[in-house]
Amino acid sequence: MKVHLKGGRLLDPVSGRDESMEFLIVEGTIESMGSRVKADSSYTTVDLTNQIIAPGFIDMHVHLREPGFEHKETIETGCAAAAAGGFTAVCCMPNTNPAIDDESVARYVHEKGKQVCDGVVDVYPIAAATKGRLGVELSPMAELAQAGAVGFSDDGSPIASAEIMRRAFEYSSMYGIPIIQHAEESTMTCGGCMNEGYTATKLGMPGIPPVAEELMIARDIILLRYIPKARYHVAHISTAGAVDHVRGAKKERLHVTSEVTPHHFSLVDTVVESFDTNTKMNPPLRTREDLEAVKEGLKDGTIDVIATDHAPHTIDEKEVEYTQAPFGIVGLETAIGLSITGLVETKVLALYQLVEKFSTNPRTILSLPAVKIAEGEMANLTFFDPQRVWTVDVSQFKSKSKNSPFHGATLKGKATGIFNNRKLLLL
Amino acid sequence: MKLQSRHLLGLEGMSKDELTLILDTAVSFREILDRPIKKVPPLQGKTVVNLFFESSTRTRISFELAERRLSADVVSFTAAASSVSKGETLKDTARNIEAMKIDMVVVRHAAPGSAHFLSKVVDANVINAGDGGHEHPTQGLLDMYTLREKFGALEGLRVCIVGDITHSRVARSNIYGLLTMGAEVSVCGPETLIPRELEKFGVQVYHHLEEVIPKVDALNVLRVQLERQKSGLFPSLREYHRFFGVTKEKVSRAPKPITIMHPGPINRDVELSADLADSEHSVILQQVTNGVAIRMAVLYLLGTTN
Repeated sequence: MKVHLKGGRLLDPVSGRDESMEFLIVEGTIESMGSRVKADSSYTTVDLTNQIIAPGFIDMHVHLREPGFEHKETIETGCAAAAAGGFTAVCCMPNTNPAIDDESVARYVHEKGKQVCDGVVDVYPIAAATKGRLGVELSPMAELAQAGAVGFSDDGSPIASAEIMRRAFEYSSMYGIPIIQHAEESTMTCGGCMNEGYTATKLGMPGIPPVAEELMIARDIILLRYIPKARYHVAHISTAGAVDHVRGAKKERLHVTSEVTPHHFSLVDTVVESFDTNTKMNPPLRTREDLEAVKEGLKDGTIDVIATDHAPHTIDEKEVEYTQAPFGIVGLETAIGLSITGLVETKVLALYQLVEKFSTNPRTILSLPAVKIAEGEMANLTFFDPQRVWTVDVSQFKSKSKNSPFHGATLKGKATGIFNNRKLLLL
Repeated sequence: MKLQSRHLLGLEGMSKDELTLILDTAVSFREILDRPIKKVPPLQGKTVVNLFFESSTRTRISFELAERRLSADVVSFTAAASSVSKGETLKDTARNIEAMKIDMVVVRHAAPGSAHFLSKVVDANVINAGDGGHEHPTQGLLDMYTLREKFGALEGLRVCIVGDITHSRVARSNIYGLLTMGAEVSVCGPETLIPRELEKFGVQVYHHLEEVIPKVDALNVLRVQLERQKSGLFPSLREYHRFFGVTKEKVSRAPKPITIMHPGPINRDVELSADLADSEHSVILQQVTNGVAIRMAVLYLLGTTN
């Protein structure tokens, strides 16, 4: 397949380029690029006027649910959702059944990604840090790394034991792979289902205190000071105090990175007053002050990555009493829209910073090769229109699950296509 | 004048006029309760289902009596276990019962928001009979009714709610209703049982009964749950009684008699001393009687205006 991309604006943080750029891509390889390129009639022309061409976006925090929970999502439907959201790669969390805690499961997930959706989305497993995600014994990290794992996490279950966390830091440090922590001091959060504070008090809802997140991050940073070779990544950061802890650790030049979800910079806990279970996630939606702190963290680089924590659940699972409902919402198909609406339109981030947080930074954290946009390189690209105004309609989602609090929201900015593994997908 | 909503989910957000309408309507029903024949016809032909997912004898009986005295057909359903553990969802349970063509649902459930949830999935009028730690609006209303009956007006009345505020739907409904009616509301309890940022509601927080007793007209004493002690929220029932238990000796230091309320059932000599519960200043049994009248008023207003 020969493709001529014209009219688009290249935004590439790796090369520092921000300019109009045309591409000739032959069988997935960038043959030539420049302000004008000559294409004969054998090329299919794709008009990208008003659109951004960026290095392929990666969502480093998704739940694909396979194996074990295929009624919520499969690797195929998850990859279709990723593609529809403008992602050329996803990292899937290990809370499957069986958990991704041995190399056969890691390999299965990684390989399955190549077989679905024409292989247009790369699937990188995040493997469990401990066996069965139980926090007791280390997972076979070296084998898992060989099988394609790019990070270690017991996501959903924080690593509670300081001793095990220490050993996980030490062992993973040999392979330069980060430990990704779902930071939560669980002894303080039992039964909680929303942020502890004014709104929870109003609703009589059991709370999840912000300090539960901050305590765990503080502990982990102290451990990291002791084992500075290790790499620590804070998943879905959500509180002002947590952002402060990470900012301080970065000043010390510890190997700390962090991510935030679009819902944590788009919504605050007052929306729980609707009792809509699509406002229930963990960490929970926090307060306006936390939301502003998270935006500040994105702006000053404390928060490196935007990741969705895409967590599919069926309607039946979600349509129950608030306290009974499972945590989490789908995020892949609204991420770009929410980020441009909530961060670029409000001048928190420039577009190139957005691209860093969706593409270059997560790849650096996970030690994945940087996407190079140059002649002779394989095309791994995300196209998006930052001005496109659209309305979220969950019935149009490619994801098997529709659990989004953003149904009906009007957003600015939408993915328009991806190019990866020789495949072009226009949306 | 009629109620804004076709459901009664909570007192939060209800206007002074709406609350007054319910209280005033209850006055005429209260009078009926003293007649030899206590039955009136307004809900004739209507079917009310009492869905109790949490055991509660007195609230259920109070609702049932109110329904029957308004001539409604009544069905009660009690399931101690949560709907989920039985394998049927709350939504399915409600829709199945509704498919039997009912007009009103009274629901008690351990999850905050469960009455809101039901109001979205069924067409019937929904009355919240307690949703977890959120609201118990008819209790709030009957408490206000009892206070109004005793003091003549709620404006300026000083009421302190004593005990476990964090887990109390009674406390919340009282706070919302009383503040709207212009009363001064305070709470008193161990810091571990006071929810965060409660002051933002306009409620004064106390931790020492002797400090608050001289400043109030009435104490609404909440039931203390033993399981809160087990989860580390207070050290022992003995200590609770000594420091937060309302006793005759403690209230005797007040410059004037204090009215004692309790939503029941009482743990005698834990949160409230037996002699005080049975004293002339206790309006606990009036609360129970007024509860039937308030529930009749609510059922009547919701059941006859749509």
